[in-house]
Amino acid sequence: MNVLLAIAVGGLYAAGLYLMMRRSMIKAILGLALLSHAANLLIFTAADLTRARPPLVREHATAPPPASADPIPQALILTAIVIGFGIMAFALVLVHRTYTVTGTDDLDRMRSTE
Amino acid sequence: MTHQLLVMPIVIPLIFAATALAARRWPAAQRALGVAGAAALLAAALALFARVARDGVQVVQLGHWPAPFGITLVADIFSAIMVVLAAVIGASVVAYSLFSIDRGREAFGYYPLVLVLLMGVCGAFLTGDIFNLYVWFEVMLIASFVLMTLGGERAQMEGAIKYVVLNLVSSALFLAGVGILYGMAGTLNMADLHGRLAGIEHPGLVTVVAMLFLVAFGIKAAVFPLFFWLPASYHNPPAAVSALFSGLLTKVGVYAILRVFTLLFVQDVGFTHWIILVIAALTMVTGVLGAVAQGEFRRVLSFHIVSQIGYMIVGLGLFTPLALAGSIFYIVHHILVKANLFLVSGIAERLCGSRQLKEMGGLYRARPAVAAAFLVPALSLAGVPPLSGFFAKLILVQSALEIRAYPTAAVLVGVGLLTLFSMSKIWNEAFWKPLPPDAPAPVEHGRAVLPLLVPVAGLAAMTVAIGIFAESLLALCYLAAGQLLDPSSYVAAVMGELP
Repeated sequence: MNVLLAIAVGGLYAAGLYLMMRRSMIKAILGLALLSHAANLLIFTAADLTRARPPLVREHATAPPPASADPIPQALILTAIVIGFGIMAFALVLVHRTYTVTGTDDLDRMRSTE
Repeated sequence: MTHQLLVMPIVIPLIFAATALAARRWPAAQRALGVAGAAALLAAALALFARVARDGVQVVQLGHWPAPFGITLVADIFSAIMVVLAAVIGASVVAYSLFSIDRGREAFGYYPLVLVLLMGVCGAFLTGDIFNLYVWFEVMLIASFVLMTLGGERAQMEGAIKYVVLNLVSSALFLAGVGILYGMAGTLNMADLHGRLAGIEHPGLVTVVAMLFLVAFGIKAAVFPLFFWLPASYHNPPAAVSALFSGLLTKVGVYAILRVFTLLFVQDVGFTHWIILVIAALTMVTGVLGAVAQGEFRRVLSFHIVSQIGYMIVGLGLFTPLALAGSIFYIVHHILVKANLFLVSGIAERLCGSRQLKEMGGLYRARPAVAAAFLVPALSLAGVPPLSGFFAKLILVQSALEIRAYPTAAVLVGVGLLTLFSMSKIWNEAFWKPLPPDAPAPVEHGRAVLPLLVPVAGLAAMTVAIGIFAESLLALCYLAAGQLLDPSSYVAAVMGELP
C-alpha cells in the first residue's frame, strides 16, 4: 500500500509540475491544485499507514488504548485541505480577473512588469 | 499576565480587522480602527519585548495542552524583536495610507487586510509549532494576495499571478516537508523536534528535509535563484503596500530560515550552512547587479531587497555568534530602511507624476525636505557611517574576517559599493538633475505630501538612532544570537518538566 501511494504521490507531483510549466494560466492553477493534493497525500503516507483502532479515549482513561491510529496526520490534512480550498477559490477569481483585464491566458504575454 | 502578552500581538489585529470589516460602509471609522489597531499592536509588541528582555523566553501553551501536544506560542529575544519591527512598520504604513490610499481601495477593505497581514506576520514570529507556522504563512499570504491585487490595474494583475503561483508552490513544498518531518520524528513542536532530530537514525534524511525547507522558505525570502517573482510584483501596488511587503513579507521567510536552521537542522552544519553561505553570496551579487540595470525607482529598490536578503542569511552561513548577531542587526536595519525607501518612492512618484527615473528630476531643488527624507535611508542602505547600515555591514564583515572567510568579506564589501552606486543613480536621476522638459504633469503639488513625510521622518529618525546607539542594539542582537545558537533555554521553556 505504501508503494502504491508513493507512486500516486510521485505521479501527482509530476503532473502538477508539468502543468505549471505550460504557458496557460489556468493550467498553472490546475497544476497548483495537484501539487497541494500531492502534499496532502504525502503527509498521509509519510505518517505511516497501519490498520489500527480509532484513537478514542475511554471514559475515565487518560490515554487512548494501545494500537490506536495517530489522529494528527488527518488533522493536518484536514487543515491543509481547508486552507487549500480557500486559496484555490481566490486563485480562480484572480485568473478570471487577470483574463478580463489583460485579455490573454498566455503567461508569456504578461511582460509589462518585467 | 504572560499569557495575555504573548497572545495580544495576534488577537489585537484580529479584533480590529473584524470590527473594521463590519464598518466597511464608513471609511472614516475604518481609518480610525486601522490607526487604533496599529497603535495597540505597537504597544502590545513593546510590552512583550520588555517582558522578554527582562525575564527571558516567554511561553504560552494554548488551551493548556502541555507541549508537545498542543500549540505553543514562544517569544525569545529574536521573536520579540521581529514582532516589534512588524508593529513599527504596520503603524508607519497605516499612517502613510491615511493620506495616500484612494477611496476605492478603502471601500474594499484595505485597512482590515493590512491588519490581517500583520496578524499573520506576528503569528509566524511567535509560533513554536512547525505546522502552525504553515498556517500563519497562509494567513499572511492570502491577505497579501488581496492587497496586491486590490485596485485591479493591469500591471498589478500580471505581477500578482507570478507572486501567487510561486508562493503557493513554496507552500506546497513547505507542507510536504512538514509531513515528512512528522513521519520521521512524530512531533510538530519545534522545541521537541530539536531534541528528537538529534537522535534520529538516518541523519541523511534529515538533511534532505532541511533542503526542502530551504527551498520553500527560500522562495518566500527571495534568495538566489528563487527571487524572480519579487522584482516582477513588488513595485506594482501602491507605495504603502509595497513598503509593507518589502518590510515584512520576505523577512518572515528569512526569520523562518534562521529559526529552522538554528533550532532544527543543525546535524550537518558543515554541509547545510555551507550551501546557505554560497546562496547568500550569490543572492547579494545578483540582486545588486539587477538593481544597477534598472530604470524605474521602485524596481531598483525591489532588486535591492533581493541583494539585502543575502546579507541577512550570510550570518547564518558563517554560523558564529557574532555573524548571527550581525544578521539580526541587519534585519532590524533593513526593515526600517527599506520600508522607508518605498514610502519615499511613493512621495517622489506623486510629485513627478512618473515612476521612470528618466522622466523624474528636480526634486532636490523643488522639495529639499523630500530629498533629505530619501537621503537618510539611501545612505544608510549603502552603508555610509554613522547610519544603521554601516554598523550592520561592519559587524558582518568583521565576523567573516574573524573566521578567515575572506571571499565572503570581499563579497560583502563589494556589494556594499555597488549598492552605493545604484543609490546615487536614483539620487542623480530623481533628485539632482533638472526636471526633463517632456516630464508628465505631477499628480500632486506641494503641501499635499506633507502628511506623508511624518511616518517617513519617524522611520528615518529610527535609522539615525540605530547608528547612534549601535552598541546597545548589538548587545541585544548578541543575546538573541546566543539564544539561537544554544537553544537550551528555548527548549526548557517550551517543554517544561518533560524531557
